[in-house]
Amino acid sequence: MFRNQYDTDVTTWSPAGRLFQVEYAMEAVKQGSAAIGLRSKTHVVLACVNKANSELSSHQKKIFKVDDHIGVAIAGLTADGRVLSRYMRSECINYSFTYESPLPVGRLVVQLADKAQVCTQRSWKRPFGVGLLVGGLDESGAHLYYNCPSGNYFEYQAFAIGSRSQAAKTYLERKFESFMGSSRDDLIKDALFAIKETLQGEKLKSSICTVAVLGVGEPFHILDQETVQQVINAHEIVEEEASAEQEAAAAADQDAPSADEAAPADQGIAPMDI
Amino acid sequence: MTKQHANWSPYDNNGGTCVAIAGADYCVIAADTRMSTGYNILTRDYSKICKLADKCLMASSGFQADVRALQKQLSARHLIYQHQHNKQMSCPAMAQLLSNTLYYKRFFPYYAFNVLGGLDTEGKGCVYTYDAVGSYERVGYSAQGSGATLITPFLDNQLKSPSPLLLPAKDAVTPLTEDEAVDLVKVVFASATERDIYTVSSCVYRVL
Repeated sequence: MFRNQYDTDVTTWSPAGRLFQVEYAMEAVKQGSAAIGLRSKTHVVLACVNKANSELSSHQKKIFKVDDHIGVAIAGLTADGRVLSRYMRSECINYSFTYESPLPVGRLVVQLADKAQVCTQRSWKRPFGVGLLVGGLDESGAHLYYNCPSGNYFEYQAFAIGSRSQAAKTYLERKFESFMGSSRDDLIKDALFAIKETLQGEKLKSSICTVAVLGVGEPFHILDQETVQQVINAHEIVEEEASAEQEAAAAADQDAPSADEAAPADQGIAPMDI
Repeated sequence: MTKQHANWSPYDNNGGTCVAIAGADYCVIAADTRMSTGYNILTRDYSKICKLADKCLMASSGFQADVRALQKQLSARHLIYQHQHNKQMSCPAMAQLLSNTLYYKRFFPYYAFNVLGGLDTEGKGCVYTYDAVGSYERVGYSAQGSGATLITPFLDNQLKSPSPLLLPAKDAVTPLTEDEAVDLVKVVFASATERDIYTVSSCVYRVL
């Protein structure tokens, strides 16, 4: 995407029928550090990479509890994410107050999407620069949704957003068919492996990632560092043994990660269709 | 010409009595279970106690519709607090919130007579007593509701709470043990039931 004369306002269409400001907002999501989500029939796991500005500073909070049955992981402008989380919490509390029952996730994501859409059709506003992975539980089971700055939302079995998310997506695409029947612990293990893919060489430690779980009989909560480190340790040994076998398979996968860098080059398809 | 008055009232009194006693490391909150209107009984087992936070319970007598609305309002505000501060509200904090919430409706009050009980930030028992518009005070024990006038003099006699005006400030909490306090509460309700038609001896009590 290059600078052109149709990208100043969000209310200006390009001759090709694109809103560049919205597309630029989606780029902001790609710049943020990775966040992934996956779900089974009964559980949703959200995980993210903690990127701190410097060794001296703390990392930004990217996973928020919205209600006992809903959690969200964000990527992009975390300030926008914080504001949207506050909105989501407020909506959940108001719905609970009026109807004495939890707000269905499906409703919440639609409200979020509508809120995002408003910002794509007002000249005095700008689109939110944050992508949200909303995980929630309702009567029909566990759900995972992705909300874009464009105002679109999609339901996913598993998804990854943010920088180097393509590597995680490749891993998830290989494994997703088994997720529906996965146990809670397997889901957490797969989430950590997906995060590992985005680190590309860097050692996976519990200090650089955050994992949150929610499911049937388990209200949303963020796992503490020790628990996460234990899961990492437990699976690392297995990982090393299988690594020799995986070297051959990895060669084939190398093509997929490079697609991330190649994405800006394919201007023919509007990114909103992802 | 005299002023025309409304031929209906937005309020009703559902009766009942609430009691709370604070101890050194516990707090007993009790409320009877009868809900009435006029001379009729609406239900024999209705709990007037609500858990607002981990260490904070509220018992309220008066108009139960207003009481329920007040409980919901406080619970929702507590959720917001938890999201913002990542911790539960302390009992003193909840006490102030309740006072503010009640005064907010100064000109169309919640017809609720509340007693808040729990453990303060140091783990000591605390009881706060309110009027309908939010005036509150931390005390060692309190009774509210239809049986309050029967119970309070008895508690004054048994618990001998020192005057809050004394210097040096004496602890208002009772030296009684938890079991003794629970027994006292049971006895107090039994006595109130004898003479107050709106109170029954069946009561729910919670100890923190």
